[in-house]
Amino acid sequence: MSDSSSYYLNQFKRSLLIVKKNVKVYYSKGPVIIFGVVLPMFLFLAYFIGRNISLHEAFPGLLGMTVFFSSTSVGPTIAPWESRLKTLERLICSPISLWSIFLGDVLSSFLFGFLISLIPLILGLILEVAFINYFLIVGVLILGTMCFSAFSILLSAYPPSDMPSTIMMLTSLIRFPLIFISGVFAPLSALPSWGIILSSISPLTYFVDLTRVALGGGNYYPLYLDLIILAVVGVLFFIVAVSIHKHTILKRFS
Amino acid sequence: MRNAIEVVNVSKSFGAIKAVDNVSFTVKEGEIFGFLGPNGAGKTTTMRMITGLIKPDSGVIRIFGVDILRDHIKAKQLMGILPEMSNAYIDLSAWDNLMLVGGLYGVPKKICEERGERLLKQFKLFDRRNQLVKGFSKGMKQRLLVCMALIHEPILLLLDEPTSGLDVESTILIREVLKKLNENGVTVFITTHNMDEASRLCERVAIMHHGKIIVTDTVDNVRDKTERFKILEVIFDKAADFTELASLSVNGDFNVSGERVRVVVEDVDSVVNRIVDYARNNSIRIISLNTLSPSLEEAFIKLTGS
Repeated sequence: MSDSSSYYLNQFKRSLLIVKKNVKVYYSKGPVIIFGVVLPMFLFLAYFIGRNISLHEAFPGLLGMTVFFSSTSVGPTIAPWESRLKTLERLICSPISLWSIFLGDVLSSFLFGFLISLIPLILGLILEVAFINYFLIVGVLILGTMCFSAFSILLSAYPPSDMPSTIMMLTSLIRFPLIFISGVFAPLSALPSWGIILSSISPLTYFVDLTRVALGGGNYYPLYLDLIILAVVGVLFFIVAVSIHKHTILKRFS
Repeated sequence: MRNAIEVVNVSKSFGAIKAVDNVSFTVKEGEIFGFLGPNGAGKTTTMRMITGLIKPDSGVIRIFGVDILRDHIKAKQLMGILPEMSNAYIDLSAWDNLMLVGGLYGVPKKICEERGERLLKQFKLFDRRNQLVKGFSKGMKQRLLVCMALIHEPILLLLDEPTSGLDVESTILIREVLKKLNENGVTVFITTHNMDEASRLCERVAIMHHGKIIVTDTVDNVRDKTERFKILEVIFDKAADFTELASLSVNGDFNVSGERVRVVVEDVDSVVNRIVDYARNNSIRIISLNTLSPSLEEAFIKLTGS
């Protein structure tokens, strides 16, 4: 094995240790799990009850909200928590790259988001929501959760605060508007042209568009474009997040 | 003997503030090196550059010849670090914390478990290994952090204020372990405010002030350098008229108390000879003769003006 592949393999193993640590410290807490499930459910019910739409039509929105909220629920708070509890400096002094630490954060966020998203998916199957392409829905779920998990560490990158509450407030300011512009509550084809332009900046738009395809509905963007955008944006989120964290990390220790 | 740490012309500024100004020093393999200085002197910034946490604006730092900027992973692998702003994960058990850090240093699981058990026993934490760290006292947390710094058996230990604010038992335990590790060849780099600790542990010290190293030498030499004059204390077997000895003082400081005489001198050798002559001529016996050097703390205060 070459030096560089050995380096990346070792760093990836260390990322998995970060995943294990995150699951034990952050994700296995009861309130976190309940919050991850309950919040998107309530948002969905607030939208669904009393309106004349079928579960089949509303399902992409429910899945989109669950994936988006669960995979961005804890990720943004890890860096501030670790700064506050003074565990971050210890971690960074270890022979682990900054990108490996944040890859671990992304993977743990992905794991949590993916598992939580299985709940509405299974619920949908029980309630006989008809998927025409199971491979696509699982693939979309993986791609979308990965993209939003990368987004979660970008949310914590700036400001380099050690106050999780501050970051959560800023995160909510970004997450909630994104829900409303992403075609969650109405298909893109029903939006005015300015709405479509606005929705195109949100990665959630492409996730919901893909979910509609998997349910046999009409997609607004070509399938390949949705997939490429989700993948590219996810990678970009990760690169930009690590780059910002790299420049601001010292401020977390002062 | 290899250099464990080489710091060459290193500078670091934060905006207009020059935190570290062209600092150079070396730590030899196998020694305990104390890094001293008042608050804001630049110690922690220097330590953070040595540990690869922040990059210097200029200069080179090598750990056993490995450039920390070029290969920070390899350099970090050689070091066991106890950072100043550090804590264990309070929602993990002591055991899980150790296994996490061991894994981060690439220690195979089985070896990590064996070492973890040995270290926790050595630091009297084994019975509490499955307890969450949030229930630990400050001393126990610090002992665990030292265990975490040692889990990969580093050849260089960097400790930032390792015994600050600890109970006596933890302090003694940590000092004993550091001494023992050093006897086994581990190089120890320690920053401390505790001059007594530096005197007890360190062979050489560097004192930093306003971002610069103002002295790097053995503890004894640092004491000597700060005091050109020494106090010579002589105890005779009986009181007598000692006024003849007043002329030995270089600055007029001359003190008699019964049969004890204190005089401030510059050249100890010549003064001792004259005192011996005086005693012989006056048929008085010398019971004891001591030179009183300033403590490291006094030297530190004198050098830094703190």
